[in-house]
Amino acid sequence: MSAKTDVEIVSRPHVENFIRWSADKPEVVVLSADLTNSCEVGKWRDTYPERFFSMGMAEQNMLGFAAGLAREGFEPWLHTFAVFLYRRPLDQLQMSIAYPNLKVRLVGFLPGITTPGGVTHQAIDDVAVMRTIPNMTILETGDATEVESVLDVAHAIDGPVYIRMLRGEVPRLFPEPMRFNTARVLSVAGSSIEDPADLVVLTSGIETEEALRAIPALQDAGARVTHLHVSTLKPFTDPTVLTALRSARSGVITMENHLITGGLGSAVAEVMAENGIAAPLHRIGLPDTYAHGASQAYLLREYDLDAMSLVRTAEQALGRTFGIDAADLAPVRVAATHSSAKVEAL
Amino acid sequence: MAAGIRRRVLAHVLANNGGYLSQACSSAELLAALYASVLKLAPTDGPLHPPAIEAVPGPDAPRVSGGVFHGEPGPDLDRLIVSPAHYALVVYAALIEAGRLDEAALDQFNKDGSTVEMIGAEHSPGFETTTGSLAQALSTAGGIALGRRLKKETGRTFVFMSDGEFQEGQTWEAIQALAFYRLDTVRVVVDVNRAQCDGPMDSVMTIEPLATKLKAFGASVDSVDGHDIAALTSSLERPTGKPHFVLAYTDPARGVPLLNDRRPVLHYLRFTGPEERAEYQKFYDDVLIGATS
Repeated sequence: MSAKTDVEIVSRPHVENFIRWSADKPEVVVLSADLTNSCEVGKWRDTYPERFFSMGMAEQNMLGFAAGLAREGFEPWLHTFAVFLYRRPLDQLQMSIAYPNLKVRLVGFLPGITTPGGVTHQAIDDVAVMRTIPNMTILETGDATEVESVLDVAHAIDGPVYIRMLRGEVPRLFPEPMRFNTARVLSVAGSSIEDPADLVVLTSGIETEEALRAIPALQDAGARVTHLHVSTLKPFTDPTVLTALRSARSGVITMENHLITGGLGSAVAEVMAENGIAAPLHRIGLPDTYAHGASQAYLLREYDLDAMSLVRTAEQALGRTFGIDAADLAPVRVAATHSSAKVEAL
Repeated sequence: MAAGIRRRVLAHVLANNGGYLSQACSSAELLAALYASVLKLAPTDGPLHPPAIEAVPGPDAPRVSGGVFHGEPGPDLDRLIVSPAHYALVVYAALIEAGRLDEAALDQFNKDGSTVEMIGAEHSPGFETTTGSLAQALSTAGGIALGRRLKKETGRTFVFMSDGEFQEGQTWEAIQALAFYRLDTVRVVVDVNRAQCDGPMDSVMTIEPLATKLKAFGASVDSVDGHDIAALTSSLERPTGKPHFVLAYTDPARGVPLLNDRRPVLHYLRFTGPEERAEYQKFYDDVLIGATS
């Protein structure tokens, strides 16, 4: 099987989609903290000025205003960088929004190492923090279709929702919309304990695209790999995930754009332990380190978050080498640093 | 009503060997002005009995609001958001005096399984929001007022705050937003008793000149004697076209001068021993009960 090269790239999928989606939902209001164009809602503001509220660089207060609006029956969609939704205003997030279980949507841009903005802008622990917040639902987008369809998934949830959102040039990997608490089964090798997969790979967010570059090469080399893409990180009760984990013979690999503690890898570890699944677990992600400002492609390589890292981890898990090198993988998709899809450098 | 608030709180403190007494002394007139004169609230069906805790809010547990003690909300009616949740005992006493809360509710104060909590949460009588982590209510009240404006409601949104909350940055974030959106239906009354947990505020972190700061942030401000109900009422009712702050300068020993012996730390009263407790009991019997009987 040869590597795929024809991934459609969608430019700024959130911009028009969110405007269309909001048209028949007058209860939807947007709050922004001075990152309106950076979070792709500048045109939304100009389309619906009466329900757009600039809150300035004051996130603690913005979360409180959102809580008040939600209590009055509105559905606030907060748009800012992910780090500013849970680090600086964590107490406000917990006490003003999460405890009363209010329908506030926290749209967090720049998850993980998707920004050259460096440590201050890189949300590498957001899933870990959010997973410890009662009432919180966590969704993560991995392609343009999910950027579009996450709106309906979040809208249907009667409580606070945190979304790891992608912006700019986003690949379209999936034809079908995101479904709540339902993993996408992207490859199946073995479906039972009697007919096991060599490896079960679970990926989320931008790491799914990396895995999709490597898995065909692994399969061509004879590895039997099941691959699931996870977009609901809390709750983490999808029976599809449990079934897949049970089918793992030689190992489970998780891949996330996040610390390996507290996120997808930890959630999978919990499910495996609770269900007595004894396969070794290999977690690909940031290993107890902050990152720094550089391009996404550079950081994926530097921190072993890229497709080749999955190949090496699979070799380690299976105790053999496949002789796969970078030329065997689907090519790296490089977004131009100053492309028109990027409104600002950050 | 103010005398009744003090009497009920002191009786409770005597019965429980401690409590937030100085807050009752400073804010009794302030809450009396709100409940007796200023707030336009729907009546309750007599004094209500507080429910027991069923569950905290969650997917299968709808929120329970202590706002039911303020009557059915209406578009032209007022709301009251209580920010300093440790004033809960004073709020409960005020609700009893206002005929909205069964006086037996105080027997449930700080008891396991009760909503009549020591630090009020949104299920506690008189509370709509969970504000024990201070300085969050003003932002939420701003969002409530903004939502009410979008729904064309005309009622006002009152916020009761304590002065210590002006040490928190979020308070100033909220004020700049209230001013930016000209939310003049937000009317804040502040118990400026100049006392906080560690002692006098000027020894912990000063907030003055508070009126000057608030005006510079775009609010309207009145500084009044916080024990003068007529002055409080008049200022709270005064339309200003801006978010309005009434700085109620108060004495945290007002009405119970024995508290002056405990200065400078007045935040929470716990009797040093039977002798001090007996002094307060005598004061209660001779002055508070004697004065009203």
